[in-house]
Amino acid sequence: MDLPLTIKETQKGLIEKKFSAVELTDSYLERINKYNKEYNIFLTVSEEDAYKKAKEIDKSEKKLPLAGVVTGYKDIFMTKGIRTTAGSKVLEGYIPPYSATAVKRIEEAGGITLGKLNCDAWAHGSSGENSDFGPTKNPWNRGCTPGGSSSGSGAALSANMCLVTTGTDTCGSIRLPANYGYLVSLKPTYGAVSRYGVIAMASSLDSVGPLGHTVGDVETVFNVIKGGDGHDSTVVDHEAQAIKSKYKIGIPKEFFVDGIDPEIQKTIDEAVKIFKSEGVEFKEVSLPSTKYAISCYYIIQPAEVSSNLGRFDGIRYGNSREAFGDEAKRRIMLGTYVLSSGYYEAYYLTAMKVRTKICQETEKVFGEVDAMIAPVAPTPPFNLGEKTSDPLSMYLTDIYAATANLSGIPSLAIPSGFSKKGLPLGFQLMGPRFSENNLFDLGKKYHDAISFEPKVALK
Amino acid sequence: MSKLTKDEVLHIAKLAQLTLSDSEIKKFLPQLTSVVEYIGQLKEVNTEGVEPTAQVTGLTNVFRQDEVDSANTLSVDDATGGSDKLYNGYFKVGAILADRSDK
Repeated sequence: MDLPLTIKETQKGLIEKKFSAVELTDSYLERINKYNKEYNIFLTVSEEDAYKKAKEIDKSEKKLPLAGVVTGYKDIFMTKGIRTTAGSKVLEGYIPPYSATAVKRIEEAGGITLGKLNCDAWAHGSSGENSDFGPTKNPWNRGCTPGGSSSGSGAALSANMCLVTTGTDTCGSIRLPANYGYLVSLKPTYGAVSRYGVIAMASSLDSVGPLGHTVGDVETVFNVIKGGDGHDSTVVDHEAQAIKSKYKIGIPKEFFVDGIDPEIQKTIDEAVKIFKSEGVEFKEVSLPSTKYAISCYYIIQPAEVSSNLGRFDGIRYGNSREAFGDEAKRRIMLGTYVLSSGYYEAYYLTAMKVRTKICQETEKVFGEVDAMIAPVAPTPPFNLGEKTSDPLSMYLTDIYAATANLSGIPSLAIPSGFSKKGLPLGFQLMGPRFSENNLFDLGKKYHDAISFEPKVALK
Repeated sequence: MSKLTKDEVLHIAKLAQLTLSDSEIKKFLPQLTSVVEYIGQLKEVNTEGVEPTAQVTGLTNVFRQDEVDSANTLSVDDATGGSDKLYNGYFKVGAILADRSDK
């Protein structure tokens, strides 16, 4: 059967009995069986649970917002009774005793859990290559990275192995895999979605969010998972902002300088033109401290990583610390270094102050405009192996991502087209805290104007 | 900014309870040095009088009642299910105190 690429079409098909939820599950599993060996996308397939849930959906009324939506979770989300590894050999055989809030809410909304998706170990990486279970290949071109760290979450959608996925974004890890897979994704406002049951990377930066084929699908999943659960004290229940009738978008001049890939520059120029024809105004804005964003991030993040990974001692669960891979070891050491006596002030305290400056500049810009447009990454999907021996060059992949995480603002990654080599292109729209509704509105305006159709890579 | 030395890498690894092989030290030393050099660029930024930011929610002191919520409490079996090093429902851990050697 031809698998539908949106929640709406899926539910229409189920209600009209064009197919059953069991048949949907069959079809996704067929594709997993056909392609997973080569592309290394799913780490664990929860076939039995999926069929059990699909049968329930087929018997029920299908009124739930995600009824019949076959879902895969980045393997950093705890799933009760289903192995959860965080992409690391440390948790190779770990079976969680409870599920993350995001998982629980998606399942309660009718989602069918199909399994767990490959990712950089502990979500450390921009390419998926730091997974202890081997890299995921990009379905659009198997020589390329699908983007990390939620590598399987992007590739599973490009390969049409499920309908929506979840990811975590500490510095671009939800947005890059969408950008490298012709997909939509949301890094929500810090504090919009509970991280309960999600293995922590850097706690002042981690956000949980959805990936899907359309803006509407990402919005639907976000509305299911957002809001307080009493288990993550950073979460604020926030009234959704009213949709604006008129928008002004800022173009941060520091993001459009030498070094930006010409095809990315071109696709964003075209998007600006399309937005203008839809009545959106544009204004040049300035974020002078963002050139220090990666330095700031690579102090704060490893510091928090070294603390969060301290709990993995092999006593209560998992293997010993010797099972950590190279990147986890590097980050633990970097974090321990910047927090150690004699270096704390020079590195960690300075980074926290630079973070204040970045937050202030972002806030000032949002006094002038409703959103900002920016690239997601400096280049289209790069080759597997290209940056693995040089961690610093890998870190710089996230140069456009860091601002949203450091200042806790939402960002929507939107596909816009393909490069000459046939690789996905796109951009991100960042907005003020809790402005997700307006970002969705802008994303839909743009996609309506270009008559966007979702696309998958493998036949 | 400062260049990392082998001794510093060994010291950090000890603080972080990591055991590194010689080949790992050889690999990590230049990689960590280049990152430390890069993040050193922050010294250019004028941060005088700037308050540090540790989190961006604007929230302070989020409290809850100190009550047992039995719906959200794991059983002993569930809580210890990830380990096979158990004794009477407790985790077995390595000893951190040794017999005094001066007696």
